[in-house]
Amino acid sequence: MVATRSLSVNPRSLTYHDLPWIVQHREDRCTLCGRCTSVCPTGAIYLTYRRQRLPKMALNTSERGNSFRTFVGIRQHTDLGHRCIGCGMCAMACPNEAIGPQPNANDERAKFLDTEKGEPAKRGGRRNSRESILDQIIFNRISMLTDPALDAGRHEFYMNTLLGRVLPPEEYLRRQAAGEWIPPTREIFPFIIGSMSFGALSPNMWLGLLQGVAYLNEVMGIPVVMATGEGGCPPWVLRSPFLKYIILQIASGYFGWDEIIRALPEMQCDPAAIEIKYGQGAKPGDGGLLMWFKVSKLIARLRGVPQGVDLPSPPVHQTLYSIEESVMKMIQTMSTAWNFRVPVYPKISGSTSAKSVLNNLVRNPYASALLIDGIDGGTGAAYNVSMDATGHHIASNLRECYLDLAAQGKQNEIPLFAAGGVGKNGNVTQNGMALIMLGASGVHMGKYIMQAAAGCLGSERNRCNVCNIGICPKGITSQDPKLYRRLDPDTVAQRVVDTFMAIDTEMKKIMAPLGRSQSLPIGMSDAIGIADAAAAERLKIRYIC
Amino acid sequence: MCRLALKTASDPFSPYSVLTAMEAMQEGYDGSGLGLLLRGLNFADYGYRSGDPILSGIAHTEAAMHRLNGFMQNNGFELKYDHEFDTDLREIEAKDRFKYFLQVYKLPTAWSNFDQEEIEKHLMLTRLALRKDGEEHGDDLTVFSLWPDVAMIKEVGWPLAVGDALGLNDGRIKARVCMAQGRQNTNWGINLYACHPFFIQGIGSMTNGENTAFLPIKEWLLGMKEPGYLGYQSDSEVFTHILHYALKKLKLPLEAYKHIITPLNTKELAAHPQGDFLRGLRDVCRRLIIDGPNCVIASLPDETCMMVMDRKKMRPGTVGGKPGEWAMASEMCGVDAMIPDRDRSQDFQPMREHTVIVPPDRKELKIWSQLDPYPLTHAA
Repeated sequence: MVATRSLSVNPRSLTYHDLPWIVQHREDRCTLCGRCTSVCPTGAIYLTYRRQRLPKMALNTSERGNSFRTFVGIRQHTDLGHRCIGCGMCAMACPNEAIGPQPNANDERAKFLDTEKGEPAKRGGRRNSRESILDQIIFNRISMLTDPALDAGRHEFYMNTLLGRVLPPEEYLRRQAAGEWIPPTREIFPFIIGSMSFGALSPNMWLGLLQGVAYLNEVMGIPVVMATGEGGCPPWVLRSPFLKYIILQIASGYFGWDEIIRALPEMQCDPAAIEIKYGQGAKPGDGGLLMWFKVSKLIARLRGVPQGVDLPSPPVHQTLYSIEESVMKMIQTMSTAWNFRVPVYPKISGSTSAKSVLNNLVRNPYASALLIDGIDGGTGAAYNVSMDATGHHIASNLRECYLDLAAQGKQNEIPLFAAGGVGKNGNVTQNGMALIMLGASGVHMGKYIMQAAAGCLGSERNRCNVCNIGICPKGITSQDPKLYRRLDPDTVAQRVVDTFMAIDTEMKKIMAPLGRSQSLPIGMSDAIGIADAAAAERLKIRYIC
Repeated sequence: MCRLALKTASDPFSPYSVLTAMEAMQEGYDGSGLGLLLRGLNFADYGYRSGDPILSGIAHTEAAMHRLNGFMQNNGFELKYDHEFDTDLREIEAKDRFKYFLQVYKLPTAWSNFDQEEIEKHLMLTRLALRKDGEEHGDDLTVFSLWPDVAMIKEVGWPLAVGDALGLNDGRIKARVCMAQGRQNTNWGINLYACHPFFIQGIGSMTNGENTAFLPIKEWLLGMKEPGYLGYQSDSEVFTHILHYALKKLKLPLEAYKHIITPLNTKELAAHPQGDFLRGLRDVCRRLIIDGPNCVIASLPDETCMMVMDRKKMRPGTVGGKPGEWAMASEMCGVDAMIPDRDRSQDFQPMREHTVIVPPDRKELKIWSQLDPYPLTHAA
C-alpha cells in the first residue's frame, strides 16, 4: 500500500471516470494532427508526451535494466473548468475517426463537486430529460367512414393561425358599424421561432434566421414569424421591411429598447407583435441572463451597457406591483407606442397559477394572446436547479387554460400559444399539432430551430449545453467572431426554409387523414389519444391501448 | 351516407311525393331513419291560421301524452287542432310509440304583450322544457318543433315504409316546402334527436357527409350558453345552429352563412371589394369554420330554401326545377324524381363558393358567389 500523502488527491480530485463524458482516443489511428485539441471548445483535451519504461528482464544482473519509449497521445483534463462537454467537435474535426466523446455509464461524481467558489452549477440549453408526453400523443380520429380521404399533396390546405385579440362576433359587427377600433390581428404560420435574443445568438445565426424567415414569407408564402427575445435587434432590421416578420420582446431589463424607441419614427412597417416577457419556462422566477462572455462591442451598443459585464435582468418588472397591474400598464403602453396597430401579449412560465393570469387577460380588452412556456423550454443561461426542477409541463398547463376559456366561450378571443419542449426529441410537427389539438393556437420553438437550422450539438443527454459561456462550437450562441464565422448565414437560411417546408408538409400529412384542411384544428381534442390513462384523464383526451 | 331531398312549390304538395323521390336515391341510405320537415302547411281537415304554433313530436307512452297535454294547458296554450295520423304502428320498427302528435295551438294570452323576439324565445323555451321533461322520464317524450307553420316527423326505418305507416299518402297534409333525409346510421347511435333535419326557431337544415370540425364548433356553441344550442347527438346539428346564430343573433343576411362556415382564403379576400370586413368576420367566427365534406340544405321561416357546399366540395348537390317549383337533392336522380318535367340543362350544381337560394316567390334560382360583393351595410 502506498502512503496516502504520496497521491495527489484531495476532496476536489476527479478522474476521467467521474466526468459526464469520457474522451475515447484510439492511438493506433491518431495521426497527431492536432485538429481535435484546437477545436475543443473547453480545452478538455491536450496533446501530451508520455514515457513508457521497458524493463529488460535477463538472468544476468549486469544485463538487466530499463529502456524507455516515448510516445504521444491525447488526454483528457479532469478539472471541471476543462471537462469534456460531449459536443463531439473533436470527432467532427478528426480526419481519421480516432477520437470522440462517450457518455459516462457510471455515476457522475463530478456533479457533486460542481459548486466551485460557492457557485451552483449553471448551463445553457435544456432540461436534459428525454421524457415527453407530447411524443406519446397520437392522432387517431381518422376519417374512414364517410369521407373520401383528403390528399395531403393535392388538396388546398389553410393552416395559418391568428395572433391577436379577436372580438366576439356581435362586438365586431357593432364596432364595424360604429367605426370603432378593432384589435389588430396577424395571420401567421402556427410554428413560430421562439424568443432567442440577439445577445444569446450570434450575429450570423440571427441573420440566417431572418433571411430564412424572409424567404419563407416572400417566396414560399409561408408566413413564419420569429421572436427576438430580450435585447432588441440590429438597428438596420428595425428600419427594414423585415420588421413585420419579427415579434419584439420586452423583458424586465428593457435591454435594447432604447434602440427600438429611437428607431420608431423611421420604421417602414410595424413589427408582427410585442411580447412582454414575465417568465420563461426553463427558469421560472429568474430574469434573463446574458453572461459577460457574450457582451461584445455590438451587443453592448445595442443594449446600452459597457462591454464585458454580466447582464442579468431582474426576475420581475421592478416598477410594477403585481402582474395584473403590470400586464395592464405595459400592454397599454406598448399598444400606444404603435398606435394600437400591433398585438401585444405576455409570455409567462408554465405554472399552476397560469389560469389566474389568463382570466385577468380575458378582462383586459387590449391583451392579444397568452404565451405559456413549459418546463422543457430552453435558455441561454440558467442555474441547473431552475432548469431541471422548476416549472410546469406545458401539455396539462395549456390544456387546463384552454378548457377554462372554452367553458367561458372565450377560446376564440384570446389565442393561447404554447412553448417548452416542442420538438425536443425531433418530433416537432407531431408535438406542435398535439398542442394545437389540445387548444394552442400555435407553438414557439427555439432549441429545435437551433438544432434543425444550425446544427446545434446540444441534446437532452447533457451534450454541449454551454450556450451560456460564449464558446458554442458551432458559432450559434457565441459572440466570438472566430467561432461564429464557422456558421454561414446562407446555409442557416436554407436550413430554416427546409425545416419549415418539412413542417408544412407534415402538418398536411397529419390533417388530411383527420379530414381537416380548411382551418387549423385548434382544440380538436377528439382527434388525439394517449396510451397513458392518467395523462388521458388529466388532458381530457381519449385513452388508447 | 345520408341522402337529402328538398322540394319547394307554390302549390302545396303531399310530402309522400318526396318520400317516393327518396327511393331513387336508396342506394345511399340503410333505412336507419327518416326525417321530415314541412312548411307552408295545408290540412285537409282544418283551416290553419298562420302564426299559430304547431307542436310536433312523439309520445312514447300514454302517460307522456297526458303530461304533454297538461304542460301545454298549464302554460296557457289552447289546443285548436290535433292532427290524427292514420297510423299503422305495426309497420313501425320501434315498439315504444304511443302517438305521433301534430297539434296546432293558440299562443297563450299571457304572451300578448310580447314582441316577436320574445314570442320566438318563449316558443323555443317551451319546446326545450318539453324535451327536458321527456329526457327526465326515460325518454318517453320526443319533441321536434314548436313553431308556426312547421311540422316535423322523425322515425327509425325505411323512409317510404315510415311514410306508409303514418298514412302520409292520404293527402290530408300538404306543404309548400318539404325537407326529407334518409339516414344512414354511421358514427352515432340510433337516436331520434340525431336525425336531420334539425330545427331551431324556425330554421331547419339537413346535411350529408361528416363534419370533421365538429368538436371545436360544438364547444364554442356550447360556450355561448344559448339555451337552444344543445343536443349535438349528430355532428350535423351544428350547421343549423350556426345558421341560426348568423341570422338571428348576428342578424346577418343569408349570404353571410357561407362566409362564416367556409370563408374565402386570404388571397381571395385581398381581391374582394369587402375583403377587410369579411376577413374580420372570418376571424371572429373562426371556430365555426366547417371542414366538410358536407352539402347543407336549409329552409327558413319565410320559405326561402338554400344549399351550400363545403369548401372542398367533396359532396355533390344538385338544384333544378322551374318557376314555382324547385328541388334540391344530394343526388341528381333525386331532383329527377321530384321534378321530372323540368329543363335539365338548367340544373345547377353549386361549386364551393356558391350559395343557391330559392326565394319565397320561387320564380327563379338565385346563385350567389362568395366572390360577389357582399350585400350589406356592415361592410360599407
